[in-house]
Amino acid sequence: MTESLSFLTMGLYFGGTLLFLAFLLHRSEVLVRVAVFVAAAGFFSHTAALGMAIVSTAQIPILTFRDAMSFFAWGLVLVFLVVGLKRGLQVLGAFILPLAFLSLVSATLAPVEAGTIAPVFQTVWVHVTLSILGTIGFAIAFVAGLMYLMQERLLKSKQFNVLNFKLPPLDFLDTLNQRSILFGFPLMTLGILTGAVSAQLTIGSYLSWNPEQVWALITWVFYFGVLMGRVTVGWRAKRAAYLTIVGFAGVILTFIGILMKSPQAIAHL
Amino acid sequence: MNIIVLGLNHRTAPVELRELLAIPDSRMGEALMRLRSYPGVKEAMFLGTCNRVEVYAVVEKGEWGFRKLEDFLVAIHFSLSSEDLLPHLYRYSDEEAIAHLFRVSASLDSMVVGEPQILGQVKDAYELALTHRSSGVILNKVVKKAISVGKSVRTNTRIGEYAVSVSYAAVELAKKVFSNLQQQVVLLVGAGEMGKLAAQHLVNHGVKEVLLTTRNHHRALALAERFQGKAVPYDQLRTTLPKADIVICATGAPHFVISKDDIEGAVHQRRNRPIFLIDITVPRNIDPAVKDVDNAFIFDIDDLNAHVGHNQEERLKEASTAEKMVKGEVECMVAWVRGLEATPTIIALRKKAEDIKNTELDKAFQRLGDLTEKDRGAIEGLASAIVNKLLHGPLVTLKTEAQSQNGFAFIEAARRFFELRERELHSLDVESQETEVGDEASEESLSQKDPL
Repeated sequence: MTESLSFLTMGLYFGGTLLFLAFLLHRSEVLVRVAVFVAAAGFFSHTAALGMAIVSTAQIPILTFRDAMSFFAWGLVLVFLVVGLKRGLQVLGAFILPLAFLSLVSATLAPVEAGTIAPVFQTVWVHVTLSILGTIGFAIAFVAGLMYLMQERLLKSKQFNVLNFKLPPLDFLDTLNQRSILFGFPLMTLGILTGAVSAQLTIGSYLSWNPEQVWALITWVFYFGVLMGRVTVGWRAKRAAYLTIVGFAGVILTFIGILMKSPQAIAHL
Repeated sequence: MNIIVLGLNHRTAPVELRELLAIPDSRMGEALMRLRSYPGVKEAMFLGTCNRVEVYAVVEKGEWGFRKLEDFLVAIHFSLSSEDLLPHLYRYSDEEAIAHLFRVSASLDSMVVGEPQILGQVKDAYELALTHRSSGVILNKVVKKAISVGKSVRTNTRIGEYAVSVSYAAVELAKKVFSNLQQQVVLLVGAGEMGKLAAQHLVNHGVKEVLLTTRNHHRALALAERFQGKAVPYDQLRTTLPKADIVICATGAPHFVISKDDIEGAVHQRRNRPIFLIDITVPRNIDPAVKDVDNAFIFDIDDLNAHVGHNQEERLKEASTAEKMVKGEVECMVAWVRGLEATPTIIALRKKAEDIKNTELDKAFQRLGDLTEKDRGAIEGLASAIVNKLLHGPLVTLKTEAQSQNGFAFIEAARRFFELRERELHSLDVESQETEVGDEASEESLSQKDPL
């Protein structure tokens, strides 16, 4: 049952992705309504699947790579439905839905046991939850950066097409970028700290220098730099957009690091 | 009964003629009264805008009604003769008249397709007709529908979303950089007409502050008064640039007044906050190389024209969607009007049958003398049953066929078969109108809460 719900969710997110991309390039009003409806339906079945998993295991399913990615995708779509629709920014769906869909696909392709963490201490739950929420913030910043660069290109090259018409104003995208990082960064900081505490409690060392930890630290330092640069020397607009896209690449590398984690390491943690 | 429209617009008549036909609101009551005083004109509405003058009316006979409306238009201005007017007039009746009003209201007949004013103007015309009681059941229904069609075209298509003037295109492009123009500072350099127009549009959108600078400082001071802005000495242009989010340049100088270095410096001082530049003159006043500066967005007159051209195409695409919407609504409306024609006929037919039945029953009861209640009841029942069963077929046919293409023919046939005289129809017509006017009035008071 949970299995079929997962497939349904993935199918709906895929359908939503196609519809939103079509909406981006055509001027049909019906298309966007259908797209939002399909995305909402996907979110509904996703929520149902999560709910059933919580009921059957009596815990929030985030401790394997698959579950964490699924939770991440769920959070992204939630952000889209709440923020995007409230502000009348359906166009966000054209970027968030593909990301959510790809997350689910990567979760399905990953081995079932990959990245499994044993919940030895409560701090592990806190660590994973905070890290995923922080990642959602960075993902939204990434989407905002991408949209910024697209709109910037269109304005610079004076292409007044449907895409230019549909993408939001530059300063809005820059603000969304900034706010998403301001939301994601503290959560990620706490996520890393609780991760270190969990490691200390389980294997007696805060940091064991494995790839995902290294990437996580590099990424953290990078985002710290992005935030500082904005406040001090005005790294905003186009530069901020580029930086957040690069930063998100670091996030993805961290995820790959988790995925590649050796079974021994899993046994340890 | 026909719905007709007689009028002229920007395509059929020059502005000099349209001007003469304008009726001020203060004289509208008198004018509408005159329209209604023509025998056979049952309802009337006058729509006058700078681009069109049209009289809508419900008349007993179309051809005759058009002549009366012509007389009315000629009488508006003493210097007009019918020879001046007639070549410019168009005439539509029934389905075409309804379709015309719907298209007008949806701004499909406007000089600039998609312009927003016409809807309000139709509404004003309708309200004047309501106030002066010159409209009735049919116009009330048709015009209200026209307004709602206009509204739905605006909300369901993007016909009005694309700017089609150069100065407005500047505002639209600025909105792609700044989400909230109310927080932006505008700097107008020079006093060229196009520049002032663009600045005016921005001011209308409520920008935070307007700064002005021209080579002649007195001129800047005068402009500052007009835009309620602040005049800046021309030699401070460079130091003022970083304060401006939107710069409009229209000096008429034959050389660049803003260089790439100026903008690089400004963007740096603005800590990369975007700056939006409009160079609206030929030859250009801002070095085109500015386009290579990050976070500076420059548009010249060609870019703005390209934007307008693109928008006009978009509007025309939207217009074809709107035409389809209008067509569907016109069909519904025409069916309603035809049904209305059938209603008085049906009522008259029933009444006639009822009268005959009662007369014949009275005669029979007199002849038969003493009868028990039961017998009287049986005879009455018999008479009613015969009348109802005989009428059932014709009535159903009338109701259904009234909606069809040749509905009027069926109604006409029914009138002749059953010898329904015009007088009977007319008296009933008035009765049914009065009751329906009551409904319309209450509907109107409800709909007024809903702003257009």
